[in-house]
Order: sequence, then C-alpha cells, then structure tokens
Amino acid sequence: MLKVQDLDVRYGAVAAVKGISFEVAKGELVTVIGANGAGKSTTLNAVMGLVPLSGGEISLNGKSLARVPVENRIGMGMSYSPEGRRVFKTLSVLENLKAGGSTLAKSKTEARIATVMDRFPTLRERRNQDAGTLSGGEQQMLAIARALMTDPEFLILDEPSLGLAPKIVSQVFDIIAELREAGVTILLVEQNVKKSLAVADRAYVMELGLIVKSGPAHEMSDDPDIHDSYLGAAA
Amino acid sequence: MEAFAQYLIAVLNLGSIYALLALGLVVVFGLLGFLNFAHGDLMALFGYCLLFQTLWGVPFWIAVPIAIVFAGLCAVAMERIAFRPLRGHSPMTLLITSFAISGALHVIFQITISPRSKPIPIPEILSGYITFGDVFIGRAQIFTIIVAVGSLLALRYFLANSRLGVALRASAADFDVARAMGIRANRVIALAFFLSGVLAGVAALLWISQRGAVFPTLGLTPMIKALIAAIIGGLSNPKGALYGGFFLGALEATLLNVLSDDLVVFRDAAVLLILVFFLVFRPNGIIATNPEPMR
Ligand SMILES: Nc1ncnc2c1ncn2[C@@H]1O[C@H](COP(=O)(O)OP(=O)(O)O)[C@@H](O)[C@H]1O
Ligand SMILES: [Mg+2]
Repeated sequence: MLKVQDLDVRYGAVAAVKGISFEVAKGELVTVIGANGAGKSTTLNAVMGLVPLSGGEISLNGKSLARVPVENRIGMGMSYSPEGRRVFKTLSVLENLKAGGSTLAKSKTEARIATVMDRFPTLRERRNQDAGTLSGGEQQMLAIARALMTDPEFLILDEPSLGLAPKIVSQVFDIIAELREAGVTILLVEQNVKKSLAVADRAYVMELGLIVKSGPAHEMSDDPDIHDSYLGAAA
Repeated sequence: MEAFAQYLIAVLNLGSIYALLALGLVVVFGLLGFLNFAHGDLMALFGYCLLFQTLWGVPFWIAVPIAIVFAGLCAVAMERIAFRPLRGHSPMTLLITSFAISGALHVIFQITISPRSKPIPIPEILSGYITFGDVFIGRAQIFTIIVAVGSLLALRYFLANSRLGVALRASAADFDVARAMGIRANRVIALAFFLSGVLAGVAALLWISQRGAVFPTLGLTPMIKALIAAIIGGLSNPKGALYGGFFLGALEATLLNVLSDDLVVFRDAAVLLILVFFLVFRPNGIIATNPEPMR
C-alpha cells in the first residue's frame, strides 16, 4: 500500500530523516518506534505531505505522491491523527467531526458522524462542547474519530497514547487493534513500545533519522537490544 | 437618562463600525498571522464603486450591495495578486507588503480619480433625527446599529452553520491539520479575504453614510482604530474583535463626554495610551487563544 524509498527530510541545516526506506502492506499494522527526536513525526508528516521532501520517493498503491498536495491525500484513502492530538480547540466536537469529513458529500456526513459516534459514545455526550474543554483522553478519541470520518483505508497515527492515563492508553490500543481487525492499514508511531509491539504486525526502529532495525513485531519484542533500549526501564 | 441614552447610542455606533473592521482584520490574521494594513483601503474601494454607480445613475440601494460585493472581490484580488505569491514567507513580509499595497492604492486613487474629497449623495431617509421623548437619535446612527448587528449575526450564522464557515474556523485553529483533512488552503484563504472585504464594505457604507464623501485615504483613520480594537480584543479570536471594537467605541465616547473642551484634543492620545497599556500588560488581548497559523 505505502512505499517509501530513500526519504530525506531536512529543516534548514538539520537533517531530520536521512534516506530511510520502508513499506506498509495492505491490511498491515506497522509501528515505528524510537527515541524522541529520531525523526518519526517528520516521517509521518512527509508521508502526509505536510513537510517537503529533500529527496526520495513516496508512493501509495503504486501512485507517486510527489505531486499530490496534502489536501488531496485524504481523497486517496489516507487519514491522519497528529502528534499532540491537535483537535480544533475552538470548534465543538461535532464541528471537529464535520471538519474531518470535509471531503464527504453533504448527504453522507450525518450518517458517518453517527457511525463514528457509535464507536466513541463519550463524543456523542459531548457533541456540543468545545474540543478545547475535553480531557486529554477525550481529545485523543476525538482526534482518532475525526481521522475516521472518511472511513480511511490507510490510517496514520502519531503517538496516540502520549500523556494519557494507563486505563485510557489501553482503550486507545484496543481501538487500534479493532481498526486493524476491521481491515484498516495502519502506520503507528508510538512511545509505548511494549503495547505497540503487541498490536503491530511489523516494526521499524528509528535512531537519529535512520532506520536501524526492522522485523516482525513479535521478534522485536524478544530482541535483547530493544529490551535494553526501550523496554528495560519502562517494562 | 437622555444623556445616557445618547451616550449608549454613540458607543454602539462607533463600536459597531470598529468591530466590523476589526473582525475583517482578525479573519485574515487567524489564517495567515499578519495584519492586512490595506484593509482600510477596501473602504475607499467601496466608496469609489458607490460613487461611480451613483454618477451613472444607479439607485443608491442597488449600488450599495454591488459595492459591498466589489469590496469583497477586491480583497480576493489583493490576496491573489500580492499575498499568494508570498505564501510561506514570514508574516512580517506580508505585513510590509500590505503597507506597500495601501500606499500604492492611495497614489492610484489620487492619480486616476482625484486627490480631493468627492461627495456621495446619501438618501434622505438616512439624514435627520428620530425623537423618543426627549432623546434625539440620528437616523444614520440607527441605520448603523441595525446594519452592524445584522451583519454580525449573519456572519456568526455563516461561520457556525455552513460547511465553508466550519472549514474556515478549523483552518484558523490549525491550518496544517485542516489541510490534512482535505480542506483547501487556497479556497479558505480566498473566503477569508472575501469576508474581510465584505465587512470593510459594510463598515464603509456606515462610515460614509454619516459623512457623505469619499477620498483616497478614507480608510486610514478607521483602519487604525480597528487595528487598536483588534489588538485590545485579541487578534486570535473573532469574539476578541467584537469586544475590542465595542470597548474602543465606549472608550472614545466616554472620553468625549468626560474631557472638557480644551482637553478633548487628547482623546486619541488617551486611546493610544490604553493601547500601550494592553501591549505591555495584556499583549494577547482581552481574549487570548493559541492558534496555529499557516507556516
Ligand atoms: N519544524 C521543525 N523545524 C526544525 N527542526 C525540526 C522541526 N520538527 C522537527 N525538527 C527536528 O527534527 C528532528 C526529528 O524530529 P521529529 O520528527 O519530531 O522526531 P520524533 O517524532 O521522532 O520525536 C529533531 O531533531 C527535531 O528537533
Ligand atoms: Mg514525534
């Protein structure tokens, strides 16, 4: 589904991503893990078209994204829940969902909102509340719900469990697992290495802008290096 | 009691014009992070469009909506010609560009039309007074308040209920994320400029209907007032523009009432002093939020 080749991204003099290549097959849940500043978010933003590439090639279902502006990528079945949730704080929950469904036909929007709210009942209760007044966990649910408005084939999630209480973290991972079961292809960036390796099919490890390791998620969770670097202290 | 009623009308009258203009500034600022200094010149563009139509014999009440739409389209053209090529540059670059546009427009008006003030015939119905008991209220003032409140309600309805309105507010809250949701940056920015132009046109209608003339730098004074109102209210939020506009209107009306005749020349100085106070102690305005303008 997604193919990234020799991706280079720099911010001025800083090289954030240095020639990485990876793939996500249809129906797969792939996770990218790595320390803060490794270049994970930059990679996702490049895939979404939010930062310009300095080099390399990104394609979706065999079609190059080089000339596809960010606004058009959602129409290709992609969807994105950014790091730090970034819900539209001054808009109500309902309006956030409407914004997420901007590309849908007007007649479809209502039905889609109802479907998404069935999955996230709290959002229905709080539909008219400003998103900025929701708790962190609720905002994360809203960010995911907003990304699901278009019924995407390919979902990009950037640290959906960041800063949430353990119980909410489990809920978020349950939702991710359900979406995978439903056949959504998912690219997941996470700090919670243990939980993300548990739900993922495959994993890539990033360090200083490079992919230093990759493999099936269950092998990675048994890898002693991964244990020492990412699971040791946390687990 | 009469004095208070007169005072209240003065506050609403001044405040609503400032609020309309400040809103226009804020709608653009929310997306692009700069204050469009040429905003006031949209008022002059409205005025000249109205002037020429009346010279050609178009009835006033038909000419007005045409001129308002014209001001909106001029704002869209301004963005398309001057600001869009600079997309991605710093807000400072855009601000300075807007100074240049403003200066260029003044010169163009002076050369192609006239450096002098041109009278615009205002319909009879907007002149004279209405009396309620002992209270005299100018018809133009009543017209101003009704039109301003009507426009503000219409804008509010549009922003809250239409698809485009929600897209605009989402973009102002977080431009990059809105684009990732498929909201088209160019369309939303054009819409914001159109709305700002329409608001400037409505403000100009009210301003001109109380003064009866148009000249090249017509928009300068109200524009600076609107800038102050927008900064006082908080640039990141339309509500702030409203509060700032009416706050400034109240402030000016109060100063006019309390300052004795020989001190009234210091009115603008007092307003600027309060602006300085806000910049020092409350730089984000009465209402502070934290939007993510386009980078
Ligand atoms: N907008 C930006 N401007 C400049 N440098 C940035 C920007 N965003 C990220 N970086 C830098 O790029 C590197 C990778 O950041 P990021 O992709 O956010 O890492 P991660 O998501 O893995 O924590 C870091 O060194 C970071 O400081
Ligand atoms: Mg990150």
